[in-house]
Amino acid sequence: MKLPIQLISGIILTSIFIAAVALSFVWTPHDVTILTIADKLQAPSEKYWLGTDHFGRDMLSMLMVGARTSIAVAIVAVGIGIGVGVPLGLMAAANRGSLLDEVIMRGNDLIFAFPSLVIAILITAVFGPSALNAILAIGIFNIPVFARVTRGAALSVWTLDYILAARTCGKRALRISVEHILPNIANLLIVQGTIQFSLGILAEAGLSYVGLGAQPPTPSWGRMLADAQTYIYNDPRLAFLPGIAIVMMVLGLNLMGDGLRDLLDPRIRRER
Amino acid sequence: MISLQALTLAIHGTPILSDVSLDIPQGQIFGLVGESGSGKSMTALALMQLLPSGSAVGGHVLVDDTDVLTMTESEMCALRGNDIGMIFQEPMTALNPVQTIGDQVAETMLIHGKASKSEAAVIARKMLDRVGLPANKFPSSRYPHELSGGQRQRVCIAMAIALRPKLLIADEPTTALDVTTQAQILDLLRELVAEENMSLLLITHDLAVVAGMADHVAVMRRGELVEQGPTEQLFKTMTHPYTKQLFEASSHQPDRADDAQETPILEVKNAIREYVAPRTKLFHRPAPFRAVNDVSFTLMRGESLGLVGESGCGKSTLTRAILGLDPLQGGEIHLAGEPVLAGEHMPASLRQKVQIVFQDPYGSFNPRHKVQRLVMEPFHLTKAPENARNRVAKALETVGMKAEAMDRYIHEFSGGQRQRIAIARALILRPDLIVLDEAVSALDVSIRAQILDLLADLQTRLGLSYLFISHDLTVVRAITDRVLVMQTGQIVEQGQTEQVFTAPKHPYTQQLLNAAPQIPDDWLETKHA
Repeated sequence: MKLPIQLISGIILTSIFIAAVALSFVWTPHDVTILTIADKLQAPSEKYWLGTDHFGRDMLSMLMVGARTSIAVAIVAVGIGIGVGVPLGLMAAANRGSLLDEVIMRGNDLIFAFPSLVIAILITAVFGPSALNAILAIGIFNIPVFARVTRGAALSVWTLDYILAARTCGKRALRISVEHILPNIANLLIVQGTIQFSLGILAEAGLSYVGLGAQPPTPSWGRMLADAQTYIYNDPRLAFLPGIAIVMMVLGLNLMGDGLRDLLDPRIRRER
Repeated sequence: MISLQALTLAIHGTPILSDVSLDIPQGQIFGLVGESGSGKSMTALALMQLLPSGSAVGGHVLVDDTDVLTMTESEMCALRGNDIGMIFQEPMTALNPVQTIGDQVAETMLIHGKASKSEAAVIARKMLDRVGLPANKFPSSRYPHELSGGQRQRVCIAMAIALRPKLLIADEPTTALDVTTQAQILDLLRELVAEENMSLLLITHDLAVVAGMADHVAVMRRGELVEQGPTEQLFKTMTHPYTKQLFEASSHQPDRADDAQETPILEVKNAIREYVAPRTKLFHRPAPFRAVNDVSFTLMRGESLGLVGESGCGKSTLTRAILGLDPLQGGEIHLAGEPVLAGEHMPASLRQKVQIVFQDPYGSFNPRHKVQRLVMEPFHLTKAPENARNRVAKALETVGMKAEAMDRYIHEFSGGQRQRIAIARALILRPDLIVLDEAVSALDVSIRAQILDLLADLQTRLGLSYLFISHDLTVVRAITDRVLVMQTGQIVEQGQTEQVFTAPKHPYTQQLLNAAPQIPDDWLETKHA
């Protein structure tokens, strides 16, 4: 079977980043915890392939190590969103109009009312700032997003005849949700997942920027971007490099998401 | 005068139409008949130059001696709506839900610069009056969702005729409507053609509709016109075998044996089903809406019972109660002597005695499962037996499908094949009763005839009982022993099918039977002889 071109390019882009992250655990060109002030703000050279930042740290090494934090935060946050939000949305759709539906959806509204930044401040006030708390804050913010998307899509699937057929076979709501609803809304969830992933990376950048995310000296793309703003006129490279990394990562994931969606749909697959 | 001359069409190299030639004279109704995929809608779209991308058109389409195929897109835009109007099958989606009906009718005139905004509103109002939506009951400020299907189709017609086009194209204008509404819309179209002196191209799959409407008929198959001529002459002679075949299929009478026994399989006693009506005031709880009101009937083993009624009469609600999906608010239902309870209270052993086949061959299967898994789904009630795969193969063979079908996805099958698979799914547990909810309504006449034959054959072979729900009176007449007529939640008439059809007692039944389009008897005498 021929794989769609987006899927292949998406997989290639994404695997470059994953390979870089994997490599960073065993080897980086330079040690990012050592500041070499003498080498600060150097242009790309043979010693520093992508140059150095304002503390003289190697940008390539920073990007590799920073990818860990950014990707981990985004993946776990989306995971929390899907893991909690999707079951909640399915439950709400299966019990449409009931008290449970109301409770779930109004609870979601409540979380929606607080921006992730406010939740992050709340969590930080209780537990102190760390990457883990950033994950929690972004993850909690993802829950209502997925719950809403799931409920809306599931409701329209619930009206279809094959659900009625399944009900006449005595299948209960849980079984129907898992067997019939979920596979038919999966494409929506995959697309939403990739969007939320990119938002997660950006949110992590935002939180790190105000000092609520990953703490120094742990590098993250978001913190690199935030740090670079002081030097945007002197050396825009400092902002461009993490910026490009974020764009490429998000692009790769979106392409992969699109490709996966097409691949998982038997109707589209057959037409190719 | 509209004239198609040797029109050919290919889309991405696949030939769709070949050598289609027809003339639509001024002030006449031209009926274009054919089954789905025959190219009748594509002919209309070619006339409008609204073809999908990748289309290659040949021949000539003359509107008053100008060939529209040579016109530019902007010239076509001036022509569409002005000289040619079009109405579609589905009035539910043909209107913009966020615009008032007055604005939508006025829009055509504004686009063509034929009137100022205030003038257009006045003309729009007149047009709405003209199509039977008077101002006192249907002000121009109404939105589409406030209207019924028939009323929406009237708005579509008002839009299409607002600029008094020379030609009105109606693509299956009444297929989505009830019989009585269909009769009203057809009357309106006939009246408009006579009074406005426009031409009407009526595209339909229903021979009876053209018989009652058209001056000229053309029969289309696989992109070719197989036969055309004045309506009466065409029906009386039917020179082409396909026309005959189409005609025979539409009045097909499957061979049925009367195997009804004395033991009841389904008993419905004083069933009442109510819905909570939406609140209109904050502290006032409205009276519940009664969808099924005191319905009682009995269905014998081996019998096939028809349930006829228009949309919204409570047929589907009653079906859901019989299947044990929704609880009743009063009365009781017994299946094979045991009470039917809603939801999880109903034992699996009872549930497996009744299965259902739905109308829409596209929506009744999970598109992500293969046929084997789809057909096996009812085994959830019994735990799949060891030879489940063989059982599926056997069920598929029973309905005339090959066993290999089970390793394919549902979208690889045609509508008729899907309906066979749906019947296989209903048969797999060897139920006593099958509820057929408009099971043949979405199918072409020739496919419908095959499915009806299959159902009749299965009934004799397996001793099944059918509850056959439909709005199509001819089909009900062909396949049932007894019939129930339902109106606003109540059974208004019941009796032996032939008796109800030949001598209806209740005024509503009479109304339904009168509204159903029919081919005049004397046109057919030559063939019965």
